[in-house]
Amino acid sequence: MDMNLDLANKFYRQMLLIRRFEEKCVEMYSKEKIRGFLHLYIGEEAVAVGVMNALTSDDAIFATYREHGQALARGVPPNKIMAEMFGKVQGCSRGRGGSMHLFDAKTRFYGGSAIVSGGLPLAVGMALSDQMMKRDRVTVCFFGDGAVAEGEFHESLNLASLWKLPILFICENNLYAMGTALKFTESETNISLKAASYRIDSSQVDGMDIITVAQAAQEAVAKIKNGNGPVFIECLTYRFRAHSMFDAELYRDKTEVAVWKEKDPLVILHQQWTGINIDKYENEIALIIDEAVAFAENGTLESIDDLEKYVYSAEGVQ
Amino acid sequence: MNSIITYREAVRQALREAMEQDERVFLMGEDVGHYGGSYAVSMGFLALFGPQRIIDTPLSESAFTGAGIGAALGGMRPIVEIMTVNFSLLALDQIMNNAATLLHMSGGQFNVPLVIRMATGGGKQLAAQHSHSLEGWYAHIPGLKVLTPATIQDAYNMLGLALRDPDPVLIFENSMLYNTKGVLDPQIQPLMIGKARVQRAGKDLTILTYGISLFKSLEAASALMKEGIDVEVIDLRSLRPLDDETIMKSVAKTHRVLIVDEGWKSGSISAEIMARINEQAFYELDAPMQRVCTVEVPIPYAAHLEQAALPQAEKIIAMAKKIMEKQ
Repeated sequence: MDMNLDLANKFYRQMLLIRRFEEKCVEMYSKEKIRGFLHLYIGEEAVAVGVMNALTSDDAIFATYREHGQALARGVPPNKIMAEMFGKVQGCSRGRGGSMHLFDAKTRFYGGSAIVSGGLPLAVGMALSDQMMKRDRVTVCFFGDGAVAEGEFHESLNLASLWKLPILFICENNLYAMGTALKFTESETNISLKAASYRIDSSQVDGMDIITVAQAAQEAVAKIKNGNGPVFIECLTYRFRAHSMFDAELYRDKTEVAVWKEKDPLVILHQQWTGINIDKYENEIALIIDEAVAFAENGTLESIDDLEKYVYSAEGVQ
Repeated sequence: MNSIITYREAVRQALREAMEQDERVFLMGEDVGHYGGSYAVSMGFLALFGPQRIIDTPLSESAFTGAGIGAALGGMRPIVEIMTVNFSLLALDQIMNNAATLLHMSGGQFNVPLVIRMATGGGKQLAAQHSHSLEGWYAHIPGLKVLTPATIQDAYNMLGLALRDPDPVLIFENSMLYNTKGVLDPQIQPLMIGKARVQRAGKDLTILTYGISLFKSLEAASALMKEGIDVEVIDLRSLRPLDDETIMKSVAKTHRVLIVDEGWKSGSISAEIMARINEQAFYELDAPMQRVCTVEVPIPYAAHLEQAALPQAEKIIAMAKKIMEKQ
């Protein structure tokens, strides 16, 4: 990957968009415009932005309930994401999904799954369909360290490797499955080793450094497109905020959070590329977010008459 | 041309034709390839269609069912075979939380054209982890369609109907039916999903049933006819959606109802049917509705205990007579 200032600018802008967008979400949550669960990605932006950079519009994405960052980095319009969180019909899932279930057919964004590890089998199947139809595509599956404890993680890695599927597994290891540290739940805390045991090309990278993530993702996609089967990247990262808006954060030390905040992906990138025009992006993004909030505010609520829609396909859907 | 074939052969024929007609169709599950299918439904298909389309999976019900959902999202028409309904519980998360919800959660963007076939039912002395009838459970879930082919014709037709459906369809094949024989007319226009069929017309009492209990009910109906009780037997065919119209029409005709279901009574599809009749046709009833269901025990191994637990023609006859005693 040829790193240059243009790319550094692009990365910074996308990460800043996620950061500021989510800060606005918190504000909207406290104003009770957004309800339900709200899981923030702040601190982990380098992972989503770095990985998405390696993809084309033909590739597919499966993500978790902490997926605002992936959706924004993929190019799901901020207006539609904010409207979704406001529960409006103009939202990317017509207000039926909310924060945890963002979907967007146009960008091949397949959600937004809130059952930990539940998206892995789906990604395996999508990659299987690409292999069967001989389509030159990659399916990317994001999941957290918590998913590693689920049987579906192991079942899915086995299938992906056995069938040599074009799939990129991105493990966002932020050290905690909700409020329980990985060290209390896993006999082996190096997750990339588990993937390697399924004979998957596997590595562990610094998930706070976007250049490292982007480089690893680009190499992985190239390998996958060469027909070498799945690649697994464990990104070591950290969420700066609580698990959700209901989390009092009693399980981790403030000094630990402070140490990780020194590795803030935005700060690190700016240190490496001092030419990034932060002020310009702050201004641009403030406008985008204001517009998203206005769009969501002005959105309409779906008629209750349509409540039972989308349980089954309308006639003629194929 | 009509032919007399087994239920197994009817499913096989439907499967073979579906794979020949649509290259998006493939079969995936435990032992479907080299072994030939645990009930020999796909025997020889591996040689016929190759390992790309007849896929032996590891014992990973959750992952291969989820992979079926993913492949359906990707434009394929997967048929996932789960060896028995009991094993499907290992894939319940994928069936319930993904297959049934994706269309709705995505605001109508992503439908899941997936077919899941599984064996169901008792009677083979396979004890309490291989013998249950949990199809009624699945009928609880919005987003799914639940089919229960009993006849040879339906064993053949329902797979094609399910594959043409844009949403997830579960097909429950009672394992005691695979060796049964009947007439197949491949040219017949299939009765659509969600339609029940009056299998035997009668005027005194309606039996509502599905799956293997259909044949036990028909046997009971023949015996009852000799005693002057003319029973109408309805094959529900589909537990979700249920054909309220056909049910209520029959209730209005006979005014007496017996439901025969190999599932348990509590919180069941038989209870649901009673509730619907109560809501929609209460004043048509001349006697309290009754049920013959599986006794509420995990299915035991010993043959006499297992047979005592399952619905049988004698129980159906006795219950029908009891209903007829009420004036």
